[in-house]
Amino acid sequence: MAKLVLEKVEKRYEGFHAIKGVDLAIDDREFVVFVGPSGCGKTTLLRMIAGLEEITGGDFSIDGVRANDIPPDKRGLAMVFQTYALYPHMTVAENMGFALKMAKVPKAEIVAKVSQAAAMLQLDKVLDRRPKALSGGQRQRVAIGRAIVRNPKGFLFDEPLSNLDAALRVQMRTELVKLNKELQTTMIYVTHDQIEAMTMADRIVVLNGGIVEQVGSPLELYNNPANLFVAGFIGSPKMNLLDGEIVARDDHGAQVALADAGVVTIAADGIEAGPGTRVTVGMRPEHTMLAESGPIGGVADFVEHLGNETLVYVKRPNGGMMIVKADELAGIRMGDPVTMAPRTDRASLFGPDGRALIRRTFHLH
Amino acid sequence: MSEAITKTGGLRVTGRSRGSRQVNTLPLLLPAVALLLLWSVLPLLRTLFYSFEHYNLMSPPAVLNGGLNYRYLFTDVSTWVAIENSVILVVGVLFASIVFGTLIALLLNNDFPGRNVARLMAIAPFFVMSPVAALIWKNLLLDPVSGLFGWLMMLVGLRPIAWFSTDPMTAVIIIYSWRWIPFATLILLTALQSLDTDQLEAARMDGAHGFARLRYIVLPHLGRPIAIVIMLESIFLLSAFAVIYTTTNGGPGDATTTLTYLIFIKALNDFSIGSASAAGVFAIVLANILAFFLIRAVSKNLQR
Amino acid sequence: MKPSISSRVIFGVLAWIAALVMFFPILWMLITAFKTEGQAIAIPPLLIFPPTFESFLAATNNAGYILFAINSVVVSIGSTVLAIAIAFPAAYALAFFPGKRTEFTLMWMLSTKMLPAVGVLMPIYLGLKEAGLLDTRIGLVGIDTLMNLPIVVWMLYSFFKEIPGEILEAARVDGIGPRKQMVHLLLPLSGPGIASTALLSVILSWNEAFWSINVTASRAGTLAAYIARFSAPEGLFWAKLSAASVLAVAPILVFGSLTQRRLVRGLTFGAVK
Repeated sequence: MAKLVLEKVEKRYEGFHAIKGVDLAIDDREFVVFVGPSGCGKTTLLRMIAGLEEITGGDFSIDGVRANDIPPDKRGLAMVFQTYALYPHMTVAENMGFALKMAKVPKAEIVAKVSQAAAMLQLDKVLDRRPKALSGGQRQRVAIGRAIVRNPKGFLFDEPLSNLDAALRVQMRTELVKLNKELQTTMIYVTHDQIEAMTMADRIVVLNGGIVEQVGSPLELYNNPANLFVAGFIGSPKMNLLDGEIVARDDHGAQVALADAGVVTIAADGIEAGPGTRVTVGMRPEHTMLAESGPIGGVADFVEHLGNETLVYVKRPNGGMMIVKADELAGIRMGDPVTMAPRTDRASLFGPDGRALIRRTFHLH
Repeated sequence: MSEAITKTGGLRVTGRSRGSRQVNTLPLLLPAVALLLLWSVLPLLRTLFYSFEHYNLMSPPAVLNGGLNYRYLFTDVSTWVAIENSVILVVGVLFASIVFGTLIALLLNNDFPGRNVARLMAIAPFFVMSPVAALIWKNLLLDPVSGLFGWLMMLVGLRPIAWFSTDPMTAVIIIYSWRWIPFATLILLTALQSLDTDQLEAARMDGAHGFARLRYIVLPHLGRPIAIVIMLESIFLLSAFAVIYTTTNGGPGDATTTLTYLIFIKALNDFSIGSASAAGVFAIVLANILAFFLIRAVSKNLQR
Repeated sequence: MKPSISSRVIFGVLAWIAALVMFFPILWMLITAFKTEGQAIAIPPLLIFPPTFESFLAATNNAGYILFAINSVVVSIGSTVLAIAIAFPAAYALAFFPGKRTEFTLMWMLSTKMLPAVGVLMPIYLGLKEAGLLDTRIGLVGIDTLMNLPIVVWMLYSFFKEIPGEILEAARVDGIGPRKQMVHLLLPLSGPGIASTALLSVILSWNEAFWSINVTASRAGTLAAYIARFSAPEGLFWAKLSAASVLAVAPILVFGSLTQRRLVRGLTFGAVK
């Protein structure tokens, strides 16, 4: 049970401004993922929430209580480290019970809690082993078990899956999400992998250069990136971004003349930017269509057959690359000239400052 | 030696290239192996051989005398005094270097202004050659008339102690400790620096503060390096020679004559090679027992 | 959240006190070296005095001192070069072509280091005597080389182990033989490792006293032997003694501080890194 609120939280090192004022409210039981390129400050922010880094500006509260100066072990939050940070000289059971031992919990209670958590994580058979004698996945579970045993208000994960192999990573992803539902606690999860973020999060916080670029659900971020950074960061393969200028506008959309290409129509209700505005058109590969005599031209440079879909890498006359998710049956081969058009109702439009000009709403069925 | 080697057990040197035998490594290894054989095994066999001879350089020739040298060795009171002295020296210095070495290493591992300079200063005595260490202490510091400590004791109204006549063993232990505490500090400090910071932070999240963190995380981490320091220092200290040679010559009487020094006296003062060799064999056996444990520790490390 | 300021100050002060206590004898020797003989034994001890180089000059003008200093340089560098030349191919073979006997070889080499020198004093002494090598630099170079050989092999071995074997395998596939691999790949790749191995070897033989005292006399003795013998009857030349000692210790203090951390690996046979 924890509602975490950050208000204008800052981190300044000598000569380095790592976190430049973050406002964020994390609801109880929410699974929030901090994502961003390396050096964006996501781990620093997590460590500030944990209490391992000092908060040098702003306020941080847990359930309405200001927590800036509460020591890490008194915050009621548990952390799972990237390296797991298991104590090598202690058995699995001792590792998991260490925090309780430090809190002077009676032995019998420690044993009960440890075995309960161990059962939940399928660690019951290895309780007497040392970390060295465990597999990577088991170590990962012990690290999580160590957190669970404390019965924390919230879990903090610092890239916990990055040391696992791909198959195990996918499995642990689902287990962590299930754990979130089972334990009904708040979880904050840091990763640089946007696929992890998309698959696990209730809400994603995209960080870049110490500021929050956007907060939202995975689909919200995917469909309505707030700016060019989020547009480029979320989604794989990446969104195609083309520069252009608005040449005409009416109530239902805008006509954009693209550099080195024709004019495309973008459906947009209530757009404010007028003709003459320099813009960037964003279209995801699945929203970029191969269309006969479409306004955007190029040559198929490379075709990737993935089985369920086909990716066509198109080289544009100006040297830029675009990616189109095409039908297997389109029969495009390397070297074929192609023309493309955006799905006008799904394309994004960014203004000269990089901010999105349109906000699309979707009704899920 | 072979005892110690064959029982190391279990060490696996990780194979990198399975087809490696295409390269003939013998010519590469031969010089090192042959020279070390020449250096250790051959003299060892000669020592063993001499130990069964009556052989004095002053009165040749040498004649076999069965186990007589050993009988004399073990019935001679001075042997047991020397062993006792060796044990006192080793245990005394070990105690000082583990206690102070650990303390200093823990202090130096903190972050404080001028930390690097302080580290260098604390470790510096290890690089001072034994004769110099011996002379600094014997003359400049511990001399009862002109030494600094004598003067300091007078300042506080005590009589200066003539260390080398009244309590020579303590003086020798102090000097060796001064050289070997830094050794322990250096190794334990290096070990401390390899302690995973994530582990310490996890312990902080787990509510282990100050003493608890030291007790449950840091000291267990130092367990193995401390064991290694104990074994290495024991082996070095059993062979301790130069400080005793420079300060007391084993005296007064036999007060600081260790097993090593006793062998030296028998060999190069009395030139009685037979009995020196018998004592030498005994010292080698002792060192082997320690070496056995050290080699086990090292080979365990190779496995990781 | 971090330890409180006051406890940090206290621990910082304690650390400095510990460092100063350990360093003090060296400092006192350094101070004494700049005194005259009279000032050196003055009670109360002099802290403020006009420094003089008299003692340094007197110590170094001594023909014996110069000879022993040269011996120290020749023996420590000579034995180091030899030890590395012998150990390098051996460590290369052990690190990159492990076989059934590799483990045994390594452990056996380490075990020779455990042999108490005094146990083989007589055979070595007599052997040198028979070969006419008593009190010669060559004899002492040989002893120091062999004494340090196991440590040098082990230290090089542990540095070589950090080089990906694939690099050498690629070279082998390209038909580059062991000698060229060592010279053109291993040597440059393990440069810093070799440098600190050499430093440790120099330090150990420079400071070596047991053999120097026992198998040399007036011709091939090193500074360690010189200073050990200084003690006896000459006594009471404290300032000169300190000056000679400062000169004998200074280079090693510098070398030692350069490579502290890597030394640990050699001193503990890789058991602590």
